[in-house]
Amino acid sequence: MSTSGIELTVGLTRSATQGETGMGGMRPLERPIDVELVELTKVFDNGVVAVDRVSLQIHQGEFFSLLGPSGCGKTTTLRMIAGFEHPTSGEVLIEGRPMGNTPPFRRNVNTVFQNYALFPHMTVYDNVAFGLRMKRIPRDEIARRVREALQLVRLQGFEERYPRQLSGGQQQRVALARALVNRPRVLLLDEPLGALDLKLRKEMQLELKHLQMTVGITFIYVTHDQEEALTMSDRIAVMNAGRVLQVGTPVEIYERPSSRFVADFIGESNFLRGRVTEVGPGEVTVALDGGFPISVRCDQPPARGTEVTVAVRPEKIRIAPAEAPEANGLVRGRVEEVIYIGTDTFYVVRITDETVVRVRSQNDRNRLDGGQLLPVGTPVSLDWAPDAARVLTE
Amino acid sequence: MTSEATMPSALVLPKRRWRVSFGWLALYLNVVLAFVFLYAPIVVMSIFSFNASRQMQVWMGFTLDWYVRMLHDERVRIAAQNSLIVALVSTLVSTVIGTLAAMALERTRFRVKRLYEGAMYLPIIVPEIVMAIALLVFFNLAFTWLDRLFGLQLNFGLGTITIAHIAFSFPFVAVVVRARLADFDRTLEQAAQDLGATDWQTFRYITLPLLMPGIIAGALLAFTLSIDDFVITFFNAGVGSTTLPLEIYGRVRRGITPDVNALSTVMLLASIVLVLGSLLLQRRRTA
Repeated sequence: MSTSGIELTVGLTRSATQGETGMGGMRPLERPIDVELVELTKVFDNGVVAVDRVSLQIHQGEFFSLLGPSGCGKTTTLRMIAGFEHPTSGEVLIEGRPMGNTPPFRRNVNTVFQNYALFPHMTVYDNVAFGLRMKRIPRDEIARRVREALQLVRLQGFEERYPRQLSGGQQQRVALARALVNRPRVLLLDEPLGALDLKLRKEMQLELKHLQMTVGITFIYVTHDQEEALTMSDRIAVMNAGRVLQVGTPVEIYERPSSRFVADFIGESNFLRGRVTEVGPGEVTVALDGGFPISVRCDQPPARGTEVTVAVRPEKIRIAPAEAPEANGLVRGRVEEVIYIGTDTFYVVRITDETVVRVRSQNDRNRLDGGQLLPVGTPVSLDWAPDAARVLTE
Repeated sequence: MTSEATMPSALVLPKRRWRVSFGWLALYLNVVLAFVFLYAPIVVMSIFSFNASRQMQVWMGFTLDWYVRMLHDERVRIAAQNSLIVALVSTLVSTVIGTLAAMALERTRFRVKRLYEGAMYLPIIVPEIVMAIALLVFFNLAFTWLDRLFGLQLNFGLGTITIAHIAFSFPFVAVVVRARLADFDRTLEQAAQDLGATDWQTFRYITLPLLMPGIIAGALLAFTLSIDDFVITFFNAGVGSTTLPLEIYGRVRRGITPDVNALSTVMLLASIVLVLGSLLLQRRRTA
């Protein structure tokens, strides 16, 4: 407790000038590239293509997430960056240097493992000191840096404990301290919060984000939890079946998903099938199955006659009774189900025999007129802003 | 089973009770008999090692004379010394070989692995007498050829006993160590590598310490096997290489005396301590 918070911040930050907290200085994408993946591919012995031509550029100080369902290749990608797996083809570059077959212990990256992988036969102090001892750093410097690292994760006084004497959240922090104490260029995190219960996970999400901004180290974070990725990341790469489908900021990924998979995996989407009938500048008209023609804003409009899917988020849809004066909606239907969840109400609206649309309506005073929900069977009209819908060709 | 057919169905409940109590009776009897057969001779032997009489048939009062005599008996001292030398050396070597064999079997894949696995575990199942004769034949042949080719005059003695003990005890070490390796969390080793440890440092600071309880348990087992062994030792001993079991056997041939009882009791105690230690270490979990 003798050192002040500011001092220890400086101690673990790469340098005072680069260790900005995102408030000023260079924007993340203008900073130098820390990790670059070039056409990275991993084919396992059994022929499974785990990672398929993945190319990414991760900038200094970025909180970058690899997000996807289990088996999408995100962990294998991370393990190739760490050096535990060798790429079948392609290249990992760290600080511009191709890694080739460089073993893990010669890479300037550290990993926080899913199950923490704390050494059970060592105390917290010895766990955190391990990396520094391997590098033959003088004893008193080790003591100082371990103390700083434990303060950073708020675990002072736990030096002599063994991992089994700690709670899940504390073990998690030891794992972080053990990695950060080495001042790596890049910290790799493999679903580090997966083993924690929901409440603790939420706390640790914010704590991790703050920690990352404090130390200014590049984080590459693997998760299958879209909410977690949206909460913490500067940028997200959504992966499926070994491929990167989309890279972007949380807002970009959520608001402008480029594919049906992304629109479905991140948050919730309604998918309406239809055919392009008219192509205008920056806008297309799509005749939905069931007959409604709607116009959707679209940057790269597909040709006339193309079968497309229109994706709309449930919370972007306005719902009103069909006879109401403002009911000049895009789509008409009938309420089939009403699910009240306190802050919001979900309406399931059938618009054709094959298609239902989910609408999420916030229960504020304007929407919920006099506390009245729309009853089941009500004819309704649905409406949304032109840029709220996305045309997806795949 | 037979009672079911003869008894009327109205008596189901009492019959069941009777069968349950019969089962329990049989179990109790079994336990009692097992203890009697297993431990009565040992207990009798131990008790008579404190008997003031030379005769085994009568109890003449308590004495520690036989233990004192044993301590001052030159032949016993030499035999004990031989046994310890053989046990220590063979334990050390078989622990290293056994641990390496366990690592090889658990961590690597190679062409003749199944064959090696089977061959290695053979000494555990082969009758001891067969192993003893095989080693005897082998040493004879080896000595003959070493003499012919290099003029080396070698003979049976502590060396042959030690080699024989290594041969039969290292598979036991391998089995024990392998059991511990099987539930070894390999991400711990990856974590060490990730933190900058080389392969050797990873082995030295992570793998070895975590395997240590298994290795020590294996070593204690090897030590116990070595210090107790009679058959293989008997066939591969030479002049002046008498171990404790051989010494006891030699004395018993001239008649069972209380000093043999005393010696056996001491060995029994030592073995029990070692085996208990081994079990405790195997049970201990570091995780």
